[in-house]
Amino acid sequence: MLAFFLRRVAIAIPTILLISVFVFALQKLLPGDPLLVLAGEERDPEVLEFLREKYRLNDPIPIQYLTWIGNALTGDLGTSFRTNQPVTQLIAQKLPVTLQLAVMSLIFAIAIGIPAGIVSAYRKGTVTDYIANVVALSGLSIPNFWLGIMLILLVSVKWQLLPASGYVPPGEDFWLSIKTMLMPAFVLGTALAATLMRHTRSAMLGVLTSDYVRTARAKGLSERKVVLKHAFRNALTPIVTLTALLFGELIAGAVLTEQIFTIPGFGKLVVDAVFNRDYAVVQGIVLVTAVGFIVMNLLADMAYFLLNPRLRSA
Amino acid sequence: MKYLTLTTAALALMATGAMAQDLRIGLQEDPDVLDPDQSRTFVGRIVYTALCDKLVDITPDLEIIPQLATEWTVAEDGMSIDMTLREGVVFHDGTPFNAQAAADNISRSQTLEESRRKSELASIASVEVTGDYTLTLNLTAPDATVMAQLADRAGMMISPTAATEAGTDFGANPICSGPFRFVERIAQDRIVLEKFADYWNAEAINFDTVTYLPIPDTTVRLANLQSGDLDMIERLSATDLAQAEADEDIIVERATSLGYDGMTFNVGNGDRADNPFGTDGKLLRQALSLSIDRQALSQVVFDGVTTPGNQQYSPGSNFYAAAYPVPTRDIEAAKALLAEAGFADGVDIEVQAPNDTDSQQVMQVIQAMVAEAGINLTITSKEFATMLADQSAGSYTASLVGWSGRVDPDGNIHQFVTTDGGINDSGYSNAEVDRLLNAARQTNDTAERKALYAEAQSILSEDLPIVYLWHDTWLWALDSAIEGFVPYPDGMIRLKGVSKSE
Amino acid sequence: MVAADPALDLPKPENRVWKKFRSHKSAMLGGILVVFFVAIALLAPILPIPDPAATDWSLVRKAPSAAHWMGTDEIGRDMLSRMIWGAQASLLAGVISVGIAVAIGVPLGVVAGYFGGWTDAVISRCTEALLAAPFLILAIALAAFLGPSLTNAMIAIGISATPVFIRLTRGQVINIKVEDYVDSARAIGLPTRLILSRYILPNVLPPILVQATLTIATAIIAEASLSFLGLGQQPPAPSWGSMLNTAKNFLNQAPWMALWPGISIFLVVLGFNLLGDGLRDALDPREH
Repeated sequence: MLAFFLRRVAIAIPTILLISVFVFALQKLLPGDPLLVLAGEERDPEVLEFLREKYRLNDPIPIQYLTWIGNALTGDLGTSFRTNQPVTQLIAQKLPVTLQLAVMSLIFAIAIGIPAGIVSAYRKGTVTDYIANVVALSGLSIPNFWLGIMLILLVSVKWQLLPASGYVPPGEDFWLSIKTMLMPAFVLGTALAATLMRHTRSAMLGVLTSDYVRTARAKGLSERKVVLKHAFRNALTPIVTLTALLFGELIAGAVLTEQIFTIPGFGKLVVDAVFNRDYAVVQGIVLVTAVGFIVMNLLADMAYFLLNPRLRSA
Repeated sequence: MKYLTLTTAALALMATGAMAQDLRIGLQEDPDVLDPDQSRTFVGRIVYTALCDKLVDITPDLEIIPQLATEWTVAEDGMSIDMTLREGVVFHDGTPFNAQAAADNISRSQTLEESRRKSELASIASVEVTGDYTLTLNLTAPDATVMAQLADRAGMMISPTAATEAGTDFGANPICSGPFRFVERIAQDRIVLEKFADYWNAEAINFDTVTYLPIPDTTVRLANLQSGDLDMIERLSATDLAQAEADEDIIVERATSLGYDGMTFNVGNGDRADNPFGTDGKLLRQALSLSIDRQALSQVVFDGVTTPGNQQYSPGSNFYAAAYPVPTRDIEAAKALLAEAGFADGVDIEVQAPNDTDSQQVMQVIQAMVAEAGINLTITSKEFATMLADQSAGSYTASLVGWSGRVDPDGNIHQFVTTDGGINDSGYSNAEVDRLLNAARQTNDTAERKALYAEAQSILSEDLPIVYLWHDTWLWALDSAIEGFVPYPDGMIRLKGVSKSE
Repeated sequence: MVAADPALDLPKPENRVWKKFRSHKSAMLGGILVVFFVAIALLAPILPIPDPAATDWSLVRKAPSAAHWMGTDEIGRDMLSRMIWGAQASLLAGVISVGIAVAIGVPLGVVAGYFGGWTDAVISRCTEALLAAPFLILAIALAAFLGPSLTNAMIAIGISATPVFIRLTRGQVINIKVEDYVDSARAIGLPTRLILSRYILPNVLPPILVQATLTIATAIIAEASLSFLGLGQQPPAPSWGSMLNTAKNFLNQAPWMALWPGISIFLVVLGFNLLGDGLRDALDPREH
């Protein structure tokens, strides 16, 4: 296990390099000139040329990459074209926001999705099952912007219960921070809950009819124990895989939800950066996202080992 | 005991009355870098009106009035401007404002390599400091636009001490001399300013802090105002106007923009100008313009809030050439023009448009309108960076573009249609238009300038390198407790005299 | 996990599966829903409905009425007609892009999970690269190089949905390949191809079916954001996703503009999910 872990950590570094080359190349392939946006409405040619030199955009692309990676190794991820802010500072400002939103959404998703999936599988074919499925699928097909705006209009404008939008750091006012993040986390969480619910249901259906569950029942174990311990444990593989992926996606940012609730997280930042061809910002965020996915995938792989005794012995 | 309670209550009440007042303003976008010399966004200018004073300001009628400069006179030959500056003004860091500081500012705008203000101040050859509070601007040629430039970012005065220390990083902690000083900024979240106690006009300022919150979604911006989280929002969406007006706790203010939206045609910018609507496509451009019902366009897409237009400024404004009114739709005439151009059976055109919902809607309406005249229009939606690059490289046929507008008419037209114009993406070139627009630049006589612009308009309405379509209306929605707000056609939010009742 | 017992499947398995499927009421309902929408999409040209691009400036954002059952949209077009014509683009975007993702993702996931080692490392690291690259960049790049069309939008969505299928499949395979029956199959010298198709694949299918039917919803909605980048369905041709996108600005003034595409996406996704459930049960050898 430890060897496996170490090997994966060692492999992570070339992986991140690979990803950074990939994204860098892709960005350079995009049409559009960042400096035309940057030079302002008047597009003064003199300023254009100066900026091109300043940001070394006249260098051959491989040199540009090497310059970037060289600086990155010393902890300098460059500065944003748009706001002149260092990318490291941008990431430091936004990572806590994104993490808070991701964790809270995932809590909603897991708290709703997994129990609903288990109940629905256990009560397959009953009204409970149908209702759970319909609710889950509506959670998936109701667009986030619709649910978000409806919640704002109802909860904030009409009932004035929660702040309509924005972000408050937990260090400033913990409860207000949680309250402000409640609606966006719920909106994101419901859509993810649907996915988790459907997968939990399917996986549970698979194991509830299996031999070892039958054996466990025959042994006279309580129904609760049979379902939650024996069956659920064996149904976990796809749930673990998905939770890891969903968390990674949440770190990459949820553009629409962030935009509606005006949360200053990665999603909006990366979209603006791509549209403005703010290369350094995109690279910086991709770096963080990549680490996020690698860690989550690693955790998922380790969970497979822990959950499946056969894998451990193999 | 009872007395004590009462006293405490009274004290508490008094404390509320004297409590620090915060003004929260919802912006449509997050501003870019907060350095007047380096910044380029419209939304950034809104923040500057509270943060940085300028040499001169404008009235809602676009007259130039004193701000940091109290008097100015243009020399007889138009080659220089003498200026007297306000005394007793200090920057937020305590540096005194004087003629030398003003000269340093103009020099920074002209020489800082990152400066986006160079072309705006190109006609200033040198600045002579003639006294502690007097200076002379020497011009390379008579230029009627200089004072208007100094009423915008190019005239914003920043602390020379801070500018020298921070260099190009000035925007991280901007230090100016406006009514509010910079406190903090969290990208895409908020910009906080606090009242500057030593402001020269401090009694006209009624707020202790101002917080700007970028909230891109228009519905959510309005919802925040309705829920009481904001006091004021800018750029209320036209389609939300009815809803905002129906709410008795909300006041809506409006002003017609100085800018325009229209369709720019490639008539001489590279190979792509060789198309039916291009170099020799005058008749087809006229046909296209005639087949658009501008009134209906404004009604359908913007609930009639925008002003249909056909020139750089909206009908009724000072420099509008009334001799060339907004054309009414005439499909028969458009068809006749098509036939005259040799396209009686119809013609195809590809128009690029930005990928926002409003532009898409506008293009689909136009698509349907021009189809009736036999023009088969395809829409290519592009994100802004691509569109801009294609446009300046001449890799387009026609393009739906907007311009945020300038106080002086020169800034709205000269650079677009003169042969060497800096942003003449159309590639249009007409010696007579060049002559007229250059002449209009060099005289300070408004009547004469109007005549010159009208004459240029007579040619441009024929040639149509740009088919103007409409002028936006700036809409601000305010909490009914806000008093004293004055709408300006430049779309800014000036906080002088604005207050909030309890 | 579930072992597919070949002995039970031998006598005409198709018949048994179909019989089970037919008796599955909710699956039939799902089938009907899907067939209904497919039929609408195919029949659009011959149905007696107005031109989906025909505008009427006097009918901008009008609520449902006798003349326009579903109301009109932001530039006075008939919503019903646009819904029917939009079904085509949206179903294609949903089904084909998921098809692409499954066709690429499942085999790669099986290979990565079953063979492990370097094969797994290479596939997994590439998956991570794909996951970390912002979808937007991928989409703009594709729009620029392949040009704007619905097909290219489907490719872009398909590619971006692939990693989930790789990860899901791989996770399942890793856990199944150590089961006793797979070990014994290997021990008796069954060729890898047969082990994969007979023992591994059936166990991978349930989560893939679930994911595929769910991704259809995401893909239909994603098509809209692509048509915004100049990829995907081009205006004035309708798609549910882009209708929903436009409706976003009129939630207060014209709620029906969001309602119809929203409901339709829900019904299509419900249909596919019920179908998927039915298929899953029918393929499950132990349930009779």
